[in-house]
Parts: sequence; structure tokens; C-alpha cells
Amino acid sequence: MRTIHTDTIINNIKEMCIEANLHLAKDVVGAIAHAKDTEESQLGKKILGQLQENMDIAASESIPICQDTGMAVVFMQIGQDVHIEGQNLEDAINEGIRQGYVEGYLRKSVVKDPLERENTKDNTPGIIHYEIVPGENITITVAPKGFGSENMSRVCMLKPADGIEGVKEAVLETVRLAGPNACPPIVVGVGIGGTFEKCAILAKKALTRDLNQSSSTPYVAELEKELLEKINQLGYGPAGLGGRNTALGVNIETYPTHIAGLPVAINICCHVNRHVMRTI
Amino acid sequence: MEIKIQTPLEEETVNRLKAGDYIYISGTIYTARDAAHKRMFEAMGKGENPPLDLKNNIIYYLGPSPAKEGQVIGSAGPTTSSRMDKYTPLLLDNGLKGMIGKGKRSESVIESMKKNKAVYFAAVGGAGALLSKCIQSSEVIAYDDLGTEAIRKLEVENLPVIVVIDKEGNNLYETAVEEFKK
Ligand code: SF4
Repeated sequence: MRTIHTDTIINNIKEMCIEANLHLAKDVVGAIAHAKDTEESQLGKKILGQLQENMDIAASESIPICQDTGMAVVFMQIGQDVHIEGQNLEDAINEGIRQGYVEGYLRKSVVKDPLERENTKDNTPGIIHYEIVPGENITITVAPKGFGSENMSRVCMLKPADGIEGVKEAVLETVRLAGPNACPPIVVGVGIGGTFEKCAILAKKALTRDLNQSSSTPYVAELEKELLEKINQLGYGPAGLGGRNTALGVNIETYPTHIAGLPVAINICCHVNRHVMRTI
Repeated sequence: MEIKIQTPLEEETVNRLKAGDYIYISGTIYTARDAAHKRMFEAMGKGENPPLDLKNNIIYYLGPSPAKEGQVIGSAGPTTSSRMDKYTPLLLDNGLKGMIGKGKRSESVIESMKKNKAVYFAAVGGAGALLSKCIQSSEVIAYDDLGTEAIRKLEVENLPVIVVIDKEGNNLYETAVEEFKK
């Protein structure tokens, strides 16, 4: 049994919110550089160059990479041998988000009620996913999510007979519908299986996986590769203004499902695919 | 083609701009996004004047991140334009000449742009730190209570944008994608 104080959690989440909004992870930086090298559209190349310049300015002057600093999505993997001391855990996570967004000069983009729409002014609450895992550590992933791309995401309840072709078509159709709106080049997170809500969480989680790391299931890894190629043949390109690099990567997660169903969730993320992970 | 333009957008400037042109904008522009559009639209529906002079002006669909001490503005890139589509034709009918955002526009916006001879520009989404460098000053002029969604008057210098839809309704999103589709 190990004891972790909620102050440690607050501090880490605060720092992670700020870090995620100022620095993209290495895999995304590398994928943007690769896209620039391979892009055939001159305008597309120029735009990718601007994205690189933008990242440099963000890092050197501490200006967020994008003004939409997102709604804070937090994955908490809590070791079952951890004892959490201090305040209520959920309050602590939100306190970390609050401190990160206020002290980091990040944009407050959360409204208290979806229809009354009054801004909470501190970007809380976050969207928190808990998982109990073996061990005595807590692994936290903070993934601030912009809504230009979130709005273009979809859940499709396919039939088993639709099979793998149905999944491909659902993904491609979602990318087509997103077109230039989701700030391409995009990252596509796909969740296949589970239930209605499970596949959506899988898709979100898929976005946090390193772009250089394919699925460990061979046929899924093949599907990731095939979909990335097909998406990049659609022609949208950087900023949707034409080109070969519409997506930087496709990450797919799967889960067992019911005999009657084939749920598929497609979570679209822009090139500002933010995720920071720490184990405490 | 690369063209430098100055606001306000006079008719002869609009006439020169073609879908696909790379433009550097200098001068005064205004920001407004979802909540400010809704409020302006409702006020204008009641016969009130909008809080900015729309005639020959440009609205940038932007809700910046907060400025730190010594900064003019925080990160300042475009938001998705289609959420403003419902309100846009009324603003165009009242003199608005240009919009800066990202993503597709509805048929009714494009029709209204042709009727009113207006231009739709895209700024690069997700390049807010870079774009903020072109903003020389920023002042909230209305709807202060909306926070990031307040209406701001910006002075910009060489703000880089691309003409996506010109006054004839030519649409770069459609033509450019065709060119690269396999
Ligand atoms: S979709 Fe992403 S890059 Fe585009 S504005 Fe939103 S957060 Fe920024």
C-alpha cells in the first residue's frame, strides 16, 4: 500500500494542462515534419511550415499552440494498492485543471449548462475517466480536446453484417463530412466494439496513443495503415486546401462486443493532438 | 497570387480577390464568434444597431486565449465558421464585406456573399501563436461579459489568410480537393 496525497495530483494535473497546451508530443511533431517533407501541394507545404513555426513560437514565448485550449480530458489509471489522502479525488482533479487554466493563461471554454451556456470561467469541470489497475502507482493522462474537431466526431452503431468494410466506410465518411472543419492534418481515433459509450471512450483513448506505435493486433494494425492511406487519397490536405496529407495517423482500439452489434466511434482530432502522460 | 490589402474592404479590392489567392491583411478588423453573433442577430432583429460598424468591414471568427502581462493578445487562430452560418446573411445584408474563419460555409451564406459581393478568407486553424504575432492592438468594444467571446477591435499587420470563397462564389475547398483526390 502506498499513500499519495491529492496535493501531488493537483500539482501534476496543473503542470500537465499547461505543458500539453504549449508543447506537442514528439510523435505529433515528427508526423507534421514528415507530412511537410511528403506534401505535393505547394500551399500545403507552406501551411505545414507555418504549423512548425507556430509550435516554435508557442514553446519559446509560452503562447498556447491553439487558442482553443480545449476541454480537459483526464484518464486516471489508479493502482489498486494506492491509498489517496487529502481531499475528494474528483475535486482535486478539477482543482488541478482550474489552476492550470488560470495560471497558464489558457482559454476558459467550458459552459456550466449545455443549454443555458454560462461560462464557468475556470475551464472546469474536466471529463474524467477512471480505471483501476494493478500496482501502487497512478498514471495520469491529460488530453485537452478542441471542439472544432470534436464536433466532427461520430458514433455509428453498425450491424455485424456490415463487417470490416462497414467500419472502413464509417471512418471515411466521417473524415469526408469533417473536410476542412477539423483543422487537417487530423489524427483519427477509432473505437470498435464494446457498447455505445465504450466505443466512444476507446476512440478518445486511441488519440492518446503514440502515432509511431501500431495496434498490437496484426489485422487492426493493417486496418490502421489501410485507412490512413485511403484518407490521404481524399485530397483535403493541410487546412483542407488540397493536398496529400489529410491525416497524420489512424489509431484503432478494439473491445469485445455483443452478438448483435458492431459499435464504431470515430473521434476526430486536429493536428493539435495534445496528450501528456505521467506516472506518480 | 500574393496580394497585400488594407481594410476597410472597398469594392475594388473585393473585385480583385479570387479563390486561391494568398492575402496579407492590414488595418482594423473585428472579432466575433458564436455568442456575440447570437446577441448581435437578436439585437438587429429588434431593430437595434449592431455594436460595430459592419459597412465594408471584416469579422474574424476568433475567441483568443488570455493575454499575459506585456502581450497584446493570447493565441489567436480561427474557429469553425459554419456555426456562424445562421447569422451571417443578415450581417452581409448590412454591409459586412469579409469573414475570416476556417471550414465550410452553407449554401445560403454563399448565395448571400454573391449577392452582397463579399469574401470568405481562411486563416490556418491551429496556428494561433503565429497569427497572434500579426495583431498590434486589441480592445474589447462590446459584450465584455462574454469573456473570450466579446467583440474586439483589432489592428492587424500582414495577417496571412487565403481566399477560400470569392464574390463569384468560387470555392477553393471544392476545387483544390478535386485536384488532389485519387
Ligand atoms: S480543431 Fe484543433 S487546431 Fe482547430 S481550432 Fe480547434 S483545437 Fe485548434
